[in-house]
Amino acid sequence: MDIFVPVKLVPDLVEELEIDNSGTSLDRTFLRLMLNEFDEHAIQEAILLKNRIGGQVIVIAPDYDGVDDVLYTAVARGVDRVIKLNGDFEGDVNSHALARIIAAKLKKFDPDLVLTGVQAHDSLDGPVGALLSAELGIPYVGYVSKVRMSEGKCTVSKEYPGGLMAEMEVVLPAILGIQAAEEPPGYIAISKIRQAMKGATIEELDSDELNCSGGVTPSRMYQPEVGEKATMIDGEEDAIAERIVEVLKERGIF
Amino acid sequence: MENDIFVLVEHLRGEVSEITYVMLAAARDLAAETDARVVAVLLGQGAEKLANDFAADVVLYADHEALKGFISDAYLQVLENILQDHSPRIAIFGDTSIGADIAGCLSVKLGSPLVSGCRSFTMEDGKPKFISQIYGGKIMAKGEVPSPTCLVTMIPGGYKPESGKSTSSPEINSITFPEPTGLRVSLNQYVEPEITDVDISKEPVLVAIGRGIGREDNIELAEELADALGGVLCASRPVVDQGWLSTSRMVGKSGKSVKPSIYLAMGISGAPEHVEGMSDSELIIAVNTDPAAPIFDVAQYGAEIDLLDLLPVLTEKIEAAKGG
Repeated sequence: MDIFVPVKLVPDLVEELEIDNSGTSLDRTFLRLMLNEFDEHAIQEAILLKNRIGGQVIVIAPDYDGVDDVLYTAVARGVDRVIKLNGDFEGDVNSHALARIIAAKLKKFDPDLVLTGVQAHDSLDGPVGALLSAELGIPYVGYVSKVRMSEGKCTVSKEYPGGLMAEMEVVLPAILGIQAAEEPPGYIAISKIRQAMKGATIEELDSDELNCSGGVTPSRMYQPEVGEKATMIDGEEDAIAERIVEVLKERGIF
Repeated sequence: MENDIFVLVEHLRGEVSEITYVMLAAARDLAAETDARVVAVLLGQGAEKLANDFAADVVLYADHEALKGFISDAYLQVLENILQDHSPRIAIFGDTSIGADIAGCLSVKLGSPLVSGCRSFTMEDGKPKFISQIYGGKIMAKGEVPSPTCLVTMIPGGYKPESGKSTSSPEINSITFPEPTGLRVSLNQYVEPEITDVDISKEPVLVAIGRGIGREDNIELAEELADALGGVLCASRPVVDQGWLSTSRMVGKSGKSVKPSIYLAMGISGAPEHVEGMSDSELIIAVNTDPAAPIFDVAQYGAEIDLLDLLPVLTEKIEAAKGG
């Protein structure tokens, strides 16, 4: 069973996000990219599946700045093959464009199962998984947090609000949008990543030109104006704690 | 009709979800400026009564056994048909486990653009514009809603659900449609969340921990604070995903919605998926080392400090205040 995991890199939210001079896009000069958290869970869930049923996990990523580290880390986690898609991914690459180039490659592999993160915080045109499913003509179930395989199909737990789950059956081949892996991805020692860098090869494939149609270009991007921001309490922990106690007293908690 | 605004109704086990009313409110707001009809699209089996309080001009109702629960495959077939027949100006879906499963597929099949994470719409120069939230709520993106037909997935927060409700029932049209066939997805069963001794949605005082708690060992510090306050511990998604607290303690889009008198948000960034579940709390006090954390936009009070430094001191002072 070959499990394909298309992943993307997204801006790290820990950093300050700036809008560029045009006011329509992020300033990418000092942007730090990281593996989309949900794609990380997709990789993890794929590895857990492979460990149970055998097969290979193949991760595919566009050639973003810093992608090599991400792919070697994936190998260190237990991924069998890592593939980089060559192309220009410097600017705004929307989900529709990504879905098209990934679909073009996946069609050649004819996968049984594709796992990908259920969403990414930089997307303005929806998650890649659902778009990919239409491009490939195979079913999609998102918000999945558990996958079990059986002959020709998989049984998944689909999440709804309030902790409610739906147990769904999906005929293969299928795409699953992963919300959370059954066991969260753990810490990987740098030594293991270095080992992966020595031993593993990142395969490279050329991708088609990007076709972004289906997405929208914003006319303006801005930081949200907030009605009333929190009253910030100054000082060290003693002063802050005292003020909080005061506020709680005012509210009658004591 | 080309001006119509369609809303896909989301319902689960006989209950219409709140996002449906938010979408209807959004559609009503837009329709007021244009002369458009608000058309609610309801798929289900024996589900007509669900539409009784929709603030819609008309309800298109598709009844079939295959539509009884939400099955993406079945919904897709029926909706592709409906949208091709009607070509609305805007088709609104929830940015949820239902809407987000199908909007993208429809975008590709119909060749219509998709805008996600939409919080609200506005009319400018007679044209509808979307305002979406991205980058965990840190950035808003505004733009024209492309014509002739655009699909949009919506998040809550921009409209009151009450504005999507009506005291008079809308007209319900039962439509005919090609029967869903060759379904590759099926629903086995629903699984209820585990029942534990704590229902956080009933607790008046909540101490909420997020990624800032760092390690499982540190949770004890938060527990002590909760005890001192006579409150209960809850958490954002990352803490629950680690397995450090049970799912029943999770607050947010996939967890519980809470409205306590006091919500102490410790080391929680305030991502939209979390805020959705707690923004109605009466008093929110947030503690985070990042002064730009979106949680400070929803809290009344905030402190830029490491929660691990603050927790023991705060617990001590509360115990002192109570002990007197």
